[in-house]
Amino acid sequence: MIELKSISKSFNGRVILNNVSTTFEKGHINLVIGGSGSGKTVMMKCMVGLVDVDGGELWYDGKIFSGLDKKERKPFRQEIGMVFQGGALFDSLTVEQNIMFPLNMFTKMSLEEKLDRVNFCLNRVNLVNVNKLSPSELSGGMKKRVAIARAIAPNPSYLFCDEPNSGLDPRTSIVIDNLIKEITEEFNITTIVNTHDMNSVLEIGDKILYLHRGEKWWEGTVDDILRTDNKELNEFIFASKLAKNVKNI
Amino acid sequence: MNWLFHLGRYWIFIKEMMTKPEKFSIYWRQLVRELDNFGYGSLGIVALTSVFMGAVITIQTVYNLVNPLVPLSAVGIVARDSIILEFSPTMMSLVLAGKIGSSIASEIGTMRVTEQIDALEIMGINASAYLVLPKVVAAILIFPFVVSISMFLGVFGGWFAGTMAGVISSAEFIRGIQDSFVPFNITFAMIKTLTFAYIITTVSAYHGYHTEGGALEVGQSSTNAVVYSSILILVFDYILTQLILT
Repeated sequence: MIELKSISKSFNGRVILNNVSTTFEKGHINLVIGGSGSGKTVMMKCMVGLVDVDGGELWYDGKIFSGLDKKERKPFRQEIGMVFQGGALFDSLTVEQNIMFPLNMFTKMSLEEKLDRVNFCLNRVNLVNVNKLSPSELSGGMKKRVAIARAIAPNPSYLFCDEPNSGLDPRTSIVIDNLIKEITEEFNITTIVNTHDMNSVLEIGDKILYLHRGEKWWEGTVDDILRTDNKELNEFIFASKLAKNVKNI
Repeated sequence: MNWLFHLGRYWIFIKEMMTKPEKFSIYWRQLVRELDNFGYGSLGIVALTSVFMGAVITIQTVYNLVNPLVPLSAVGIVARDSIILEFSPTMMSLVLAGKIGSSIASEIGTMRVTEQIDALEIMGINASAYLVLPKVVAAILIFPFVVSISMFLGVFGGWFAGTMAGVISSAEFIRGIQDSFVPFNITFAMIKTLTFAYIITTVSAYHGYHTEGGALEVGQSSTNAVVYSSILILVFDYILTQLILT
């Protein structure tokens, strides 16, 4: 479980996050939605410690994370897996080496054990015979799947996904969404997904947090979102004519 | 005051880089890769530049040597000392700043803008140490060899061009390069080489590491890396010469 207690962040006097408090539960998919510039990515970067919060606290399963220095954060970091928007696979390494990278760095597993783990993770994301390929030889969807495989390789307790569906076709997006959902439930991890893909919201969201101009504007479940009378959220979710018609049905 | 900001950030960057590696075996692998890249990968350009540099120095020295009282073997002395003291350590470092510096800045800059460095940080890896330290160590280890090869090829180029052009005999040139040799000049050249190796790798890595934006900014970082490395090489060339040779 991850708790955010009144976190705030500004850049050059511009408020990006203002007093955001929420809780992300274990074993659930927690979606953070909001328009471009609403503060989703900054909030995720604050949660993983890439950006320090100006105010407020971050707690990981009852242990404070904010305010710790790099060294103190190290044990937390090894529990965190992250899937970046562009995959962030290491170009100079093959798929196999990418997934094996965190295992090489932080475990004492033998080569056979590491290869088993790599193959397990690749199977888990439905990829076969790609071990020796380099990231430049993969399609967008495959890159995302390899990124997920790398993120889950060290058995993380927390999985962060920053817009995992961006740039993917609708069918591949659903595959990725379902994959994230299955992995979350299977390994009982706390998963937080930044998205503005409404299919994801309706398909996999257990809990949804809506950010608007850096503030927590709304939070609830998928069922709640369909019935909410929150004006900004409705405008965001049901922006298209088709979506509005669907809601009216 | 912009330079003060960069100076402060550069020292913080160096401090973060100089930490104990997470796993020596991984760093060792990186080091070997960089040794190959900086050493073997630079030999072609170093050989070509050195041979022609030596050839030009020799022919120009002969051309300028108009006093009949000065023996022609002085051409060998001038060529040797110019190559050892200045051309091989400084000019080769400027060439390597262009080749290696831009490659380091663009590699690390691309990793920054494609979030690969963020991915390393999230895994709990000290990204500056993992990416930069092996490059710095590799450059410090391999540059003296590269510059030594450059010295040899520079003198060879001088001998070859001088004798082929018929402006100096082989015996006179060889007598010249053996005459009044000061071994400390080699030590001085190596001190300069090590300093320049450190400057090229850390300044280029600094520019790459702090790239913000996209492909355009990666290109700018790469250019800045070469420009600032070159300027610093020239400044430190003067400082070291002033400190050690006077």
